[in-house]
Formats: sequence, C-alpha cells, structure tokens
Amino acid sequence: MIKVQSPEPYDPLSQVPLVPPKGHHSASKLERVLRKGLFAVTAELNPPDSADPRDVLKAAEPLVEVADAINATDASGANCHMSSMGICSLLSRAGQGSVFQISCRDRNRIAIQGDVLGVAAMGVGNVLCLSGDGVGVGDQPGAKAVFDFDAISLLRTLKTMRDEGVFLSGRKLTTPPKIFLGAAANPCIQPLEWRAERLAKKVQAGADFIQTNYIFDVDVFERFMENIRKEGLHKKVFILAGVGPLASAKAARWMRTNVPGIHIPDTVVDRLEAADNPGEEGKKLCIELVQKMRQIEGVAGVHIMAYRREHMVNEIIEASGVLDDRQ
Amino acid sequence: MYSVRLFCIRHSRGFETIYKGLEKFFLSLHPVLKGIGYNRLERPVAVVEKLSKGLLFDCKMCGQCVLSSTGMSCPMNCPKNIRNGPCGGVRDGGFCEVRPEMRCVWVEAWNGAKNMKNGLERIRIVQPPINRELRGSSSWLRVIREKGAMKDASKGQLDPAKSEMAQAFAKARKLEPAAVPLAREPEAALAEQSVQEQTSVHTSQSQTAGKAEQ
Repeated sequence: MIKVQSPEPYDPLSQVPLVPPKGHHSASKLERVLRKGLFAVTAELNPPDSADPRDVLKAAEPLVEVADAINATDASGANCHMSSMGICSLLSRAGQGSVFQISCRDRNRIAIQGDVLGVAAMGVGNVLCLSGDGVGVGDQPGAKAVFDFDAISLLRTLKTMRDEGVFLSGRKLTTPPKIFLGAAANPCIQPLEWRAERLAKKVQAGADFIQTNYIFDVDVFERFMENIRKEGLHKKVFILAGVGPLASAKAARWMRTNVPGIHIPDTVVDRLEAADNPGEEGKKLCIELVQKMRQIEGVAGVHIMAYRREHMVNEIIEASGVLDDRQ
Repeated sequence: MYSVRLFCIRHSRGFETIYKGLEKFFLSLHPVLKGIGYNRLERPVAVVEKLSKGLLFDCKMCGQCVLSSTGMSCPMNCPKNIRNGPCGGVRDGGFCEVRPEMRCVWVEAWNGAKNMKNGLERIRIVQPPINRELRGSSSWLRVIREKGAMKDASKGQLDPAKSEMAQAFAKARKLEPAAVPLAREPEAALAEQSVQEQTSVHTSQSQTAGKAEQ
C-alpha cells in the first residue's frame, strides 16, 4: 500500500504546488511529461464500493509505479462507487498525481464548478471532461439524469474559469484553478467519419489532452489518426490512446454488448477464444497494443484501463518498454 | 413525429434556405414587433412555434433553437440533451445509446449539416449550456429580438449579467444569438417567473387586503 502523509492531522498545504512551471497550465506531472515530449502513461483506478481509504491506496499501488497520473472515474457506466473527488484527494495526500473525471450526468453547473475549485485546492492538476453514460445502464436506472452541460460546454466553462478567472456567471474567482484540461475521444465508434471533427471541437473548446476509449481495432484507429494529422490536431493536443487487458473471450463479448461505446473486433475475440490461457493472451495483446500505439505518429501516450486487472498494469507497461527512455 | 423529423434532416438544405428567408423577413419587421410589444406576442407565437416545430422537428421548446447549426436535427431529442454531439456511446449503424430504436440525433445532425450550405461551418461552433429558465418560450422571437438588438446597438436592452456567457461562447453568440441571449427577456418569456409572478401578485393582493382591514 502506498504511504499517506502521516501522522494525522494532514497538512493541506504540505503538498500543494500551486505555481505551475512557466508556460504550463498546471503543476501536474502529466503535463510536464507531455510537454517534455516523453511518452506518457495514465492508468484508470477502479473505485472501491467502500469508505475505507486503504482500499483506494491498495488499488493505486500497481499503478503508481508506471503512471504519470491516475484517473479516478466518476461513476462510470452509471454505477455508484466512491466519488472521483474523494479518490483524487486521497491520491494527493499520498503525493500522487491524479485525473479528476467529471461526468455531466450526475451534477449541474453549480455543483461542477464548485467541485473543480475543490479538487484544485486539494492539489489535483488534471481534469477530464466527459458527457457520461446514460443512467439506464447503471445499477440505479431510476436516477435523474442531469446533463446540464455536455463535455464540450463543460470544457469551455473550465477553460473560462482557469484563463479568465471567472465563473460562467461572470463572478470573479480570487484564485482560479490551475488545471490541465482533458477530454475523451472514441475513435472506433460510429460515426467514424465525424470522430476527428468532434475532437477538433473539443480542442477548440479548450482541451489540452485527450484520453481515448478502448482501442482494439488498430486499423480503424490508424485511419482516425490520419484525419487528426491532416488537420494538424496532434500538434494542438496531446493524445493518449486507451488500451486495456481483456480477461477472456466471454468478458470481451460481455463488454461489447453491455458497456456503451466499446468496439472489439471479432479477430480479437477469436484470438482469446483460441488461447490456452486467455488471461495471459489478453495481457500479451495489451502489451502489443501499447507498443503499436507508440509507433503511431501523433500519439503522445497511453491510457490503461484494466478493469479488475489493475495488478497487471505495471507488468504490461514494463514489458512494453515504453518507459525505458525515462531512466 | 419521428419519420417527419428524419425527412426534415434529409432535406436540411431546403429548410436552411426557408429559415434564412423567414429570419430576414421577420428581422425587417423588428421595429413593428417592438411596437406591438414582444411581451404581448410571446404567448401566441410560442403556441404556433410549438405546433409547427413540434410536427416537423419533434421540437422540445427549449427556447434556444440552434437547428441551423445542428443539421436541422433537434439536439433536445438526444436523451442526454447534448448540444455538442455525438457522444461516445453511439451504437453500430448509428443508433442511440440510450434509446437503441432511435437514430442518434447527432449522427443525423452531422449528416444533415453536410448537405447544408453553411452546415459544416456552423456545426463546428461550440454551443453553450442552455438556460433552463427559457423553456417553453418562443425561440423565433428571441432570435429576432437578439439580432434586432445587435443592430440597434441598444445597449440598454442588453443584460450585463449575461455577458460572461457571451464572451466564453463568443462564436455561438455571434452566429446563434438565441443560444446565448443578452437582451432583457419579456416577462411572458420566463415561464417559471410568470408562475412566481402570479404568486407574488397573490401575496401583494392579500397584503393590500390586510392593510384595508387594518
């Protein structure tokens, strides 16, 4: 388990580097790594259904060795878990960089703008703006879907808070949040022909970095990146390609039917089906994907989402060799 | 109606022309409309707008219509109310994540925009979050009011409290002023307020009554 600042009480000023380096938006390590031109790694943490901080720190353990920032999901798939804000705050206490994910599904503009000030004060440097899955796929389908913002209007709002130092209402902030702004992209999902266009809109709205959803179809992703390069977007935004290890053919089939926005080609499912040890094969496939992403022009890093397989993340990154130039 | 909605998106180019023509015509009538009073026009126009746009586009009367910037596909039909879509959950074949039997509103929007003269330029505009206070009010009148006020440069008509939104979403303000309205709203356009108004009238009446008794 990673160490938390101790003994209590925790000094909230001990680890808050409020001043970003020159030319940077935030003091986040992820931004520093990307601006240096290094291949970045981010990893998603599976949030616990628990109020015990040790569960967060334990889940973070295999990620911190390799990740420049850890994404704390915001009730992804509309399932209730510990909040992104709580997880990010705990990671800050432990001296780890995190990405505060915001889904527009659960909170309105009043809540979200306040939350961003809160996490920034906790020393969180990165924010990821998402529209969010519909409530119907989650564990509480009767909940009210908010969707006051969408990902793009949210991005522009946070950019306004950061750069103009005001709320959307025009009220002044005494200290604006120093945040590195992220957005998602889903390159392998319909409408393929407009996916690069939507990313362009996110850049226009204020995105500094992009984390994509799972990519299992490298051909489709290559075509997407071609469009990105044609528009010169890879020079305006850092793109982190989303990858993850699949547990088995059955899990892959379940994911593509039940989780919105996931495309897994049959070739991948077949390969897992044919393998003697599907878990190992999924890991091998993920290592190959990381290496392939590294080769694609315009890809600035990878974002690993290892749902219930976090223990593999450090091994995958180490085996892929993408961090070898860090030493 | 769903099939009519899809028909309108297929003919987005034609509707773009009609919309442009009508807007020009009514904008020329702005002084007359101002004379009659936007407050007086609000309710009857909103009824006509609801019926016609309801039939054609499955309009939800958000009061901040941006059809010309969304390929004539109404974004309020998106179950996530996304104003800058599509989201990342679109199903194979271009169907909606939340309502699988429906075509994705935003897949249709981009296809509709492609057929329009200025559609692709306009769908690239970053749209702001909508003002929920304006639900149920006439967007047509709002467009004329906003564009008219821009022409008049009648600064007194513009509400400074809303200027931050207009700055943050400057392009939308320029091309779709009803999405970032700055002009003062006529009372009848604020549905919520008119309910409050009735209550406050009621209270003041009872206060007067109380005074009379004293």
